[in-house]
Amino acid sequence: MSPKASLELVCPAGNLPALKIAVDNGADCVYMGFKDNTNARAFAGLNFDPASAREGVRYAHAKGAKVLLALNTFPQSDKWERWQGAVDNAVELGIDAIILADPGLMRYAARTYPNLRLHLSVQGSATNYEAINFYHEHFGVQRAVIPRVLSLAQVEQVVKNTPVEIELFGFGGLCVMVEGRCALSSYATGESPNTCGVCSPAKAVRWQQTPEGLESRLNGVLLDRYGKDENAGYPTLCKGRFEVNNETYYAIEEPTSLNTLEMLPEMIAMGIAAIKIEGRQRSPAYVEQVTKVWRAAIDSAKRAPQSYNVNPAWMAQLNKVAEGQQNTLGAYNRPWK
Amino acid sequence: MKLALGPILYYWEREATFSFYDEIAAAPVDIVYLGETVCSRRHTLRTEDWFEVADKLAAAGKEVVLSTQALIESESDLKTLRRLTGNGKFMVEANDMGAVHQLSAAKVPFVAGPHINTYNPQTLELLNELGAKRWVMPVEMSREALSHMQATRPAGMETEVFAYGRLPLAFSARCFTARHYNLPKDDCQFRCMDYPNGLTLNTREGQPFLALNGIQTMSASIYNLIGELDSMRATGVDVVRVSPQAFHTPKILKLFRDALDGRTTAQAAAQQMTKLMFDQACDGYWHGKPGIEQSYLAPAENE
Repeated sequence: MSPKASLELVCPAGNLPALKIAVDNGADCVYMGFKDNTNARAFAGLNFDPASAREGVRYAHAKGAKVLLALNTFPQSDKWERWQGAVDNAVELGIDAIILADPGLMRYAARTYPNLRLHLSVQGSATNYEAINFYHEHFGVQRAVIPRVLSLAQVEQVVKNTPVEIELFGFGGLCVMVEGRCALSSYATGESPNTCGVCSPAKAVRWQQTPEGLESRLNGVLLDRYGKDENAGYPTLCKGRFEVNNETYYAIEEPTSLNTLEMLPEMIAMGIAAIKIEGRQRSPAYVEQVTKVWRAAIDSAKRAPQSYNVNPAWMAQLNKVAEGQQNTLGAYNRPWK
Repeated sequence: MKLALGPILYYWEREATFSFYDEIAAAPVDIVYLGETVCSRRHTLRTEDWFEVADKLAAAGKEVVLSTQALIESESDLKTLRRLTGNGKFMVEANDMGAVHQLSAAKVPFVAGPHINTYNPQTLELLNELGAKRWVMPVEMSREALSHMQATRPAGMETEVFAYGRLPLAFSARCFTARHYNLPKDDCQFRCMDYPNGLTLNTREGQPFLALNGIQTMSASIYNLIGELDSMRATGVDVVRVSPQAFHTPKILKLFRDALDGRTTAQAAAQQMTKLMFDQACDGYWHGKPGIEQSYLAPAENE
């Protein structure tokens, strides 16, 4: 089957109920992480212990879905064994592919388990085909997830120049920075996605009601201050309001959610292998809603790409669960470019 | 330990850049990294100009390294990359795996730059096999984590530490300087040129927090490890990197040089440096803390 015909829907599974709901609602693949900092959503109360991982794999496989394991943080110099052990455990569990960012870990996986399918994580920061082909030539990487910074024309250029399957983010919280290349969180808190699998970690967040309004602080740094009528979002560092030249605004990124439903036919035509939904930290209800809509949209776009239209009901359903309550096409279409 | 000058991370006028490197030719620095690493739209110096600066500095006895762009997106970015990796004369600092791919395929020795995520000995060993002769520690790495890297470092591999300057913390496809002026990136009018040390971003209570430098986001505070030269030496660091700022860079290099050579104490150098810095200092990352924190107290701060 050509990749065009086989565009896969890859859905987030932060826990077993989310995994089951994703599979039941038409995910081709689910991705999950172990309960430690070997993955970039190392949040309390999230992820899989060995028993739930085993049950997740069994459930997904019984229903014909694949399970991908995110091992996409960078092993820290003195704790290599934890990441190496996670690769070993993935193989033992019968995971279909592991999603890696660290070149050293990739080499270990490729040498130790030559038949294990490897995906390059978005945290690997590969934004051009020379980088992607490096991972293919050295470790046999079969799929790469592209950072959310390329335009669709640039993505097409990548697809044309690599044998590696390309997976794109389709929906969810938007990272404005190149994934794997952002240390803002550790600058403020000591913990970053690369080193600890977290961004703007909850334990560093403080909310405080003041005469000026509700304040959110990250390890003491004021990220934002909300008036009575404003919705306060999770204080992710890059989504705060700051002062630049005496002007206060969202200096880096407004809280928006990526939504590329309308680009599906183009993505299919250029041979994108998979669409990824962000949000392992979100609820099973989110996973259910988003999986349903994207399953319907992908099926519709595959069936009749010429007459494909974004169903307004899909948008309404997605808007209900979108972060910041507004959508953007992100870098794929660059209104700011 | 050797002293290096990193690539200019900001966008400076053409003549200012040339005269900067004329001064650097006479400055007490061993290694000079050259080239545009941040934004492909910046063009006051073309690749040929950089080669020319490289020749001049080499003639002045400097070890010259050409640095590649960290975020490579387009075919024209790749074209520039190929000119650098295939220059045949100067060592190249690879700042993305695309550059590592080209350099290793050509079997050319290279420097693994600070934007290659080298966080563990296994990755360092891989880079060594691919031809890296030196690696620059990620800015968020601590001394303790570095000491684990050093324990198993491959023979002949040099270790370099970013030791002075606003920290390059993040890259985006978006330009935040253009955003500040409500300009699209493709018509940015090169506003970043108005901010030769970056555009400071304050919190809503006036704390300098970050600095916008086009598509790069930096720390507002200046990372300064002048007080940590002994601990760097003890950890086996080979090269100490100073990142250029728009003024006083030769003086800062001289203070590092004097402290490294024992002509002055770290305390005295730190004290003099406070007058040359345009923002407060930080050194948290080296101590395994949030990068923004400052542990070492320069005596001048008590005056």
